[in-house]
Amino acid sequence: MADLNINLGGLALKNPVMTASGTFGYGFEFEDFVDLSRIGGIIVKGTTIRHREGNPYPRMAETPSGMLNAVGLQNKGVDYFINKIYPDLEKVNTNVIVNVSGSTIDDYVETAEKLAYLSHIPAIELNISCPNVKQGGMAFGTCAGSAEEVVKAVRKAYPKHMMVKLSPNVTDIAEIARAVEFAGADSVSLINTLLGMAVDAKTRKPVLSTVTGGLSGPCVKPVALRMVWQTAKAVNIPVVGLGGIMNATDAIEFFLAGASAIQIGTANFIDPTITMKVIDGINEYLDENGFGSIKDIIGALEIAD
Amino acid sequence: MKKYMHDLVITANEKLNNQYFLLKLTLNSTLPDMLPGQFAEVLIDDSPTTFLRRPISINYVDKQKNELWLLVQKVGDGTIKMAEYPIGKTLNLVYPLGNSFSNLLPNKKNVLLIGGGVGIAPMLMLGADLKEKGFEPVFLLGARSEKDLLELTDFTQYGQVFTTTEDGSHGEKGYVTQHSILTKQKFDKIYTCGPTPMMKAVASYATKNGIECEASLENMMACGIGACLCCVEDTKDGHKCVCTEGPVFNIKDLKWQI
Repeated sequence: MADLNINLGGLALKNPVMTASGTFGYGFEFEDFVDLSRIGGIIVKGTTIRHREGNPYPRMAETPSGMLNAVGLQNKGVDYFINKIYPDLEKVNTNVIVNVSGSTIDDYVETAEKLAYLSHIPAIELNISCPNVKQGGMAFGTCAGSAEEVVKAVRKAYPKHMMVKLSPNVTDIAEIARAVEFAGADSVSLINTLLGMAVDAKTRKPVLSTVTGGLSGPCVKPVALRMVWQTAKAVNIPVVGLGGIMNATDAIEFFLAGASAIQIGTANFIDPTITMKVIDGINEYLDENGFGSIKDIIGALEIAD
Repeated sequence: MKKYMHDLVITANEKLNNQYFLLKLTLNSTLPDMLPGQFAEVLIDDSPTTFLRRPISINYVDKQKNELWLLVQKVGDGTIKMAEYPIGKTLNLVYPLGNSFSNLLPNKKNVLLIGGGVGIAPMLMLGADLKEKGFEPVFLLGARSEKDLLELTDFTQYGQVFTTTEDGSHGEKGYVTQHSILTKQKFDKIYTCGPTPMMKAVASYATKNGIECEASLENMMACGIGACLCCVEDTKDGHKCVCTEGPVFNIKDLKWQI
């Protein structure tokens, strides 16, 4: 049994496997399939200052080796989360992290301030990369200046671990990562979904009500790996990798590329028990290859000179 | 209700016509309890264009044989692949999912089950369940033509069966909502599943005649367990997940323009 513990910029994880926001509900949806306490961290659904109905149906399109979604941050708002959902989450014996999104900087700050009081929430994931909302979201995360501005503002209001989720829909993700590190982020997670689109040739209409949506699943893994590798070289804070991880081998690839932890997203829809399998599989890989700790393989990619 | 992920084994794959097939599956232990209206998310792992599981209504559960029936229509690559599956093949299911048709109150004696196309699937299990509880369900099944009317002999075991076909090759010619049984007999409750235009016509009939009505929807889904929020239906109470808050809805809660 290898040591799977990770210190992610001050946040202690019992193992490096987390669940990606928007793919695991609040965790309870998966209780019949997994032991929630075994997961390194549960990142719950994107939360905003006010209730959001999200985008109209249809919000999903299946694509080769993946899917597009345009949910649009449907959630009941941070106060509902604190009053109705958090009391149950307090009983879950692992890190519960809240993904925070907003249309304005004030939205982000106000939501983060409210979450800071919750003792069982040791971290937030700042979502500056949602492609499915008209205002805010990805707009903050696609330019270094605005990314830095929003992270700086939340940093003042939120004293605990602040992970910042980056968008792949940029020319140079390392530049954005450096900007949010400078602004006070404790870690970065990447990638959020890639902006994409699906067309129905039969009806000559877009499949999604919003025309464009976010692409996820194994089809994005090569892009995600490349960006994790570039970012890990560019910053000194830990990088959390995600994008198309379907099994333990995929996860190992992200660690080798420089990720200190990973998130499982779309794979939860295909196999609701996948988190358990990935944790076990990482352990097996480390044992079989003679590594005593997960830390031994982080950034251990061997590249010929 | 507890949900499971199980590997089931195919015991029969009956081709009903060019479009429809009936898969019978068994489990090496007793199948979990399932309710009429619930569905299973089926993993199709050998079709390169099929990434997500396929939500399929539970057609029937044969408790004696420990068999689960899935009535499937060939729609896309995934279901076309399923149609070829041989006996003995293992199929991975996440199930039972969703709510169910609500229990019928004892004062609602005259109950009509309207199914169209592959939407007849949950009606068989519902009819069997109602019959077992002492009700006398009446079935009204619609299809394009005679060859598309499926499982008729199974349905007749549980109640009277009326049919409509668009070409008049079986039963009355026309749509289910044009069938004479609707004027001849008075119903207290309607359960329906089928193409959306059919269900809307049924809902309109039910509303005009003051009949309580429940419809089973089949929005596009990813997870099936309420996590992804993709399959939402716009209801009078906001967006609701068809996979967990449905698939069965009371039509008065929907925002259908009828």
